[in-house]
Amino acid sequence: MSKKNDGSGLNSQLIRRPIQRWAPLFLLPVFAAFCIGFVWPFIQGIYLSFCNFNVPSDATWVGLKNYSKIWTDVGFWNAFKNTAGFAVVTIVLINVISFAIAYALTQKMRGANLFRTVFFMPNLIGGVVLGYIWSMIFDGILRGYATYLTANATYGFWGLVILVCWQQIGYMMIIYIAGLQAVPEDMLEAARIDGATNSQTLFRVIIPNVMPSITTCTFLTLTNGFKLFDQNLALTGGLPSIIENGAKINKTELLALNIYSTYNINKDWHGVAQAKAVIFFLLVAVLAIAQQAATRSKEVQQ
Amino acid sequence: MKKLIALLLAMVMVIGLVACGGSTTKETQAPAAAPAETAAPAGTEAPAEAAAAGSVYYLNFKPEFDGALQELAATYTAKTGVPVKVVTAASGDYSTTLNAQMGKDGAPTIYNIGNMSGLKDWDDYALDLTDSAVAAELNTTDFNLYNEAGELKAIGYCYESFGIIVNTELLATAGYTLDDITDFASLKAVVEDIHSRAAELGFDAFTSAGLDGSSSWRFSGHLANMPLFYEFRDDGVTEQPATVTGAYLDNFRAIWDLYINNSATPASSLTAATGDQAEAEFGEGKAVFYQNGTWEYANLTGADKFGLDPANIAMIPIYCGVEGEENAALCSGTENCWAVNSKASAEDIQASLDFLYWLVTDAEASAVLVEQLGAVPFKSCPESSNKFIVDGNKLLSEGKYAVTWAFNYTPNVDSFRATLVTAMAAYSADPTDANWEQVVSAFVDGWAIEYQTVNG
Repeated sequence: MSKKNDGSGLNSQLIRRPIQRWAPLFLLPVFAAFCIGFVWPFIQGIYLSFCNFNVPSDATWVGLKNYSKIWTDVGFWNAFKNTAGFAVVTIVLINVISFAIAYALTQKMRGANLFRTVFFMPNLIGGVVLGYIWSMIFDGILRGYATYLTANATYGFWGLVILVCWQQIGYMMIIYIAGLQAVPEDMLEAARIDGATNSQTLFRVIIPNVMPSITTCTFLTLTNGFKLFDQNLALTGGLPSIIENGAKINKTELLALNIYSTYNINKDWHGVAQAKAVIFFLLVAVLAIAQQAATRSKEVQQ
Repeated sequence: MKKLIALLLAMVMVIGLVACGGSTTKETQAPAAAPAETAAPAGTEAPAEAAAAGSVYYLNFKPEFDGALQELAATYTAKTGVPVKVVTAASGDYSTTLNAQMGKDGAPTIYNIGNMSGLKDWDDYALDLTDSAVAAELNTTDFNLYNEAGELKAIGYCYESFGIIVNTELLATAGYTLDDITDFASLKAVVEDIHSRAAELGFDAFTSAGLDGSSSWRFSGHLANMPLFYEFRDDGVTEQPATVTGAYLDNFRAIWDLYINNSATPASSLTAATGDQAEAEFGEGKAVFYQNGTWEYANLTGADKFGLDPANIAMIPIYCGVEGEENAALCSGTENCWAVNSKASAEDIQASLDFLYWLVTDAEASAVLVEQLGAVPFKSCPESSNKFIVDGNKLLSEGKYAVTWAFNYTPNVDSFRATLVTAMAAYSADPTDANWEQVVSAFVDGWAIEYQTVNG
């Protein structure tokens, strides 16, 4: 039994020293890829948000002009409101529903595996395809009421909520199932013996124990909600586009799509779109960190 | 087991890295390497013309031209040894692709500028073509783009016309000929009569006026050209105006009403109706009238698509009730203009100019150009066999006035059209005067707002 290799030989100076000496070499490829693929574009992106440019190589510095243009951009603030509302709604809906489904599918029932597969499947379809398919479904239903999807912002907003729920619930469900299966059986048994009701077991035992899954899922739904782009583009494309108080507003446009369409106005707006993207990044980063801190603190050690 | 997993992970990372590296080098080297391979054997066989040192990178705007252009490029490389790389941007993605490609080393040497606002963006990157050999071959300068200094920056290399495509066979079945349609009143009479007898005839007057993204440009862009053109003609507008008055919007409403009230598709379901749907309705003989352009000719007559007999289709001008419109011809213009990258090396610029000159003067190449692009305004190019273009030229030769593409002045065109489509969809579902006011607002106020956005 004691002959089994427990890896303690690696602690030997003779082996550790060469590894330590050469470690940077082995880290280099990944570090280089990280720099090329993330750090450098990120720094350049921030730089470009202070520039007027058509192509990145001939950027001219304009200071805070791009940022000041954002404050007066009605479309951006409308997109901001839409995105915030959308994120709140989808975080709640997706997490509650996917937890409920996961809870149901971890009970002993026939065909649970089949259901898991079926619920997960929508997640395998790309966002653009989903957007087009659902726009046809919604239009088909609404036609019965002599109206259509892009007739007003409400249809578009809730259409997008339904689409994203349909797509993401299966994915979050898988994470919750894994979390639920990791709840120690003896704890549940103890609760049963102590006479806890089903709801007491759920709220006092199960949910505290799946807090890590909840952290992960709220993080994913939060960032997904904010970064949503293809579904938005394919479902409504931001329509209806309305003139209100002398300004144009795409009523169902979320932030990412707003940035995209800003970039496409003309070359004077490339820098503004870049500045919006920087603000967008800060927003998502701050929210995600705050959410992580909030839910992490509720996690329990098993 | 753990070691095995670790090993696998490490391998995945290494493979990922190699794949990344591989694809990036491919992208940067392909321009030089790929054509050079095909060039090398040909170059040694036929060193007739001295191979220039430059190379050509043509960023193509027309997806339907891609296949033929690739072949022309290969032919040119075989003849001269000059490598020609052709890349075609996906439909609707040209400006994004152009932006990305221009930022790289080995940027495109020939690219497309669509309209005046495109020229504003790319003026710094466009060579002055005023004295170029290819410009001297043009038989009309109508479709060129000139910057504010009057320099020729982009050459309109083909032009297109749109109007109302008519199935003359069905028209005859309904008891009419093209001569019965000379203005809006006569068009309306014919259309409404056919629509009222649709059940008995087995076909309807108009194809669906779909407002889905794949179709709405036919109306927010092309049909809206009618009020813009007549307004600009009256006001003598020659550059992008800050505001429009919408003086001819009542005419716009008249023709739009005619479209949506005389088709088999109910007006409330137009937002879901696609371009393919309208094309199929016409191609399958379910409708007599279909508003679209000369580019539809191949699809409608092609044996692999709808296989309509060219003798049975014709294109007539769009009539909307404007005084004197019986003398109107088709709406002709272009978004296809060649620009040469002024920031490319001198050799590449020369190679690109030579390639363009060859395209429009070589007998074989220009024949392909005409076959693929339809109306090509160069002296040595043959006549097109496209029935719609023939129809258009006939109208012009009768002395009728060409309706130009006034919508090329539209500021922030995608956004302008989105607002217009929103309003047109609301009006179509519920055609009240109040809803038409929204269309007018999208048109007049929308123009002013977009002008401020772009120029403010």
